[in-house]
Amino acid sequence: MINLELPPRLEQARQGSRAMAEALFRPISRKYDLQEHAYPEELRALGGVRRPKTAEEIREAEALRELAKAKAKQDEGKIVNGNNTQGVVSVAEMCWGDVGLMLSVPGVGLGNAAISAVATPEQKERFGHCYASMAITEPSTGSDSANISTTARLEGDEWVINGEKIFITAGERCDTVVVWATLDKSAGKAAIKSFIVPKDAPGLEFVGLENKLGLRASDTATIRFDNCRVPKDNILGSPEIKQGSFGGVMQTFDNTRPTVAAMAIGVARASLDLTRELLEKEGVQLDYDKDVWHSSAIQAELYRMEAEWDAARLLTIKAAWMSDNKQANSMEASMCKAKAGRVGNYITLRCVELCNAMGYSKQDLLEKWARDSKILDIFEGTQQIQLLIVARRLLNKSSAELK
Amino acid sequence: MSEQQDELLFDLTLSDEQQLMRDTVMRFANAEMRDKSRPADEAGEAPEGFYERALELGFNMVQIPEDLGGMGADRSPVSNMLIAEDLAGGDMSLAIGAMSSLSFVNTVLDQGTDAQKKQWLPRFAEEELHQATIALMEPNARFDATALKTTAKAADGGYVIDGVKTMVPLGASAEVMLVAAEVAGEGPAAFFVEAGAEGLSTSKEDHMGLRPLELCTVKLEGVKVGADARLGESFDLRRLLDLSKIGLAALTIGTCKSILDYVTEYCNDRVAFGEPISHRQSVAFMIANIAIELEGIRMLTYRAAGRAEQGLDFHQQAYHAYLQAAEKGMQIGTDGVQLLGGHGFIREHMVELWYRNLRAIGILQGCVAI
Repeated sequence: MINLELPPRLEQARQGSRAMAEALFRPISRKYDLQEHAYPEELRALGGVRRPKTAEEIREAEALRELAKAKAKQDEGKIVNGNNTQGVVSVAEMCWGDVGLMLSVPGVGLGNAAISAVATPEQKERFGHCYASMAITEPSTGSDSANISTTARLEGDEWVINGEKIFITAGERCDTVVVWATLDKSAGKAAIKSFIVPKDAPGLEFVGLENKLGLRASDTATIRFDNCRVPKDNILGSPEIKQGSFGGVMQTFDNTRPTVAAMAIGVARASLDLTRELLEKEGVQLDYDKDVWHSSAIQAELYRMEAEWDAARLLTIKAAWMSDNKQANSMEASMCKAKAGRVGNYITLRCVELCNAMGYSKQDLLEKWARDSKILDIFEGTQQIQLLIVARRLLNKSSAELK
Repeated sequence: MSEQQDELLFDLTLSDEQQLMRDTVMRFANAEMRDKSRPADEAGEAPEGFYERALELGFNMVQIPEDLGGMGADRSPVSNMLIAEDLAGGDMSLAIGAMSSLSFVNTVLDQGTDAQKKQWLPRFAEEELHQATIALMEPNARFDATALKTTAKAADGGYVIDGVKTMVPLGASAEVMLVAAEVAGEGPAAFFVEAGAEGLSTSKEDHMGLRPLELCTVKLEGVKVGADARLGESFDLRRLLDLSKIGLAALTIGTCKSILDYVTEYCNDRVAFGEPISHRQSVAFMIANIAIELEGIRMLTYRAAGRAEQGLDFHQQAYHAYLQAAEKGMQIGTDGVQLLGGHGFIREHMVELWYRNLRAIGILQGCVAI
């Protein structure tokens, strides 16, 4: 049945995330924008995510997972609003509070997503409790992640990793890094594998942190691997080089792209809320009765931004909902990321302009959101990469044809 | 998970009945509309017998109560929205024409008194074709639907209506129309005015698009109607406008989907500089953006219709859907022509027709009440 409203359970979760963002993130939002690289101590209160550690706890977790699987089987064919749908709703609200701080919640790294998605039970026992970041980008390899030049070679019982990784979110604060490396550059993308590398592994060198336009509360690190050694069992997935395996790696983006889209939606909502509040004091209100041509220019712009925002939000929920309901959603994940990325950036920049000096000043947060939003149209695939993915799908083109 | 079953979930799945209806309407749009779109545009009229065949789809009668000859189904803005989308996939002009009586029926169902339902609805459940329409827009630049210039003055136990209406679909064929007019001191009202009423005259208009639709100027010069011709206890103009915004957005979705399909095929076939032009990002990204914005309009429109169906307030949501439809829809229309280059400008291809029709979305009001 066509219904694009959130069910009460998700609405509750949404409100819970909003309350947390308001109580925990907002009060320290400016503080950690100014104190770039300082660790937001206040977030320790969140205590990280509790993951099973002992063998017994892991068995229990596995049993629960089996139970959930059985239930899912029972529900097969029935529509669900599951973890992905709830995830994007909650992430948007947390980023309404502060996107940099949301990315700094201890224990929740992109690497954790990869570990929980593909690790073996034995690996989960060893690394499940870790705070894992994800290292993909290199100084000369960004969007074309299939072209990375960090290498891994097997020497006896150890993988030996060499290369340099940049733009690692939480790269300083994490205790573990999931590193993408190639087993054989000449074998192309099928040879790209990911490895779980503890921060204290011999040969791992923490190089430093970036100074950024925005998202300053979140640490963005460079790490070098100089004959860095990890046990043979630290590879995620199979060490075999076979065609199509890279596609599997890329599929994690089907879930992470709607999440980043949700971040853009949260930041844009923050800008719109404050802008409407400031403008209301100037007598600007929206009643939705007059069409845009009988509204003031500033009202018309607000109407447009509200419409754009809701379109982006619904596209994002749709992509997550498809994932929950086992529908292939690569194209929809890219669609929502493209739309939310650009809309989020547009809205935050326009809100600064509409509020004049109050928007541009550091007294309020509008200028910060306008800086934070830019990265959301870049990381996890730029606007242009998303358009490529959507276009290839629509036009049925390979990456060799539509470059 | 178990409590989920009792909740109304976020859901984009059609019911079985909706899917069945969609299949039927799409088949009709393919067989009776798509190929006739161009000749109808050139001729400036609907194909012979088109409205009779559209009547056989039966959507006019579905929601009419059983005791008035209809099927007595619940009011379903979602189903009506899907009909608008799918008919527009065939041709937007003919879609608006085919839904003209339905818009009238919906407005009477929503707002009419029992006596008015009894008087005006049974004919739309019959097998013979009866046409009706809504006359709302007025011919001035900066027209504002919330400040109507047409007036209705109380006189002799009834009303006298004066004013000029424009872009009235099927204005000359309709046997009855709902005329929106301002009653001094009371606000907007709507009146049943029958064809042939004294002081009523209609003349066919000629527009850049929607040419087969029989858009008309309707002049009302001292048209007298009885007190019982005033719709309902009070007229909810906002509801009519909002339902139409959803309807117009749905027409945009159907039309833009046709554009997306057309340019996808064309740009894959068309070779320039030694390869299909779809291999160029400047072309491919334009198509990607058509798909993204189209899906955005669709989500906003489905949301607004879903809320209307559940009896939730849908004023803002209809506004958002319509605003994106008008603006992004026109962008898609102009990109559709652009992607074909000079060929897009030639009337051999459909994109110029869709371009002309889509320009109407930002203008039309109150005529596709779903």
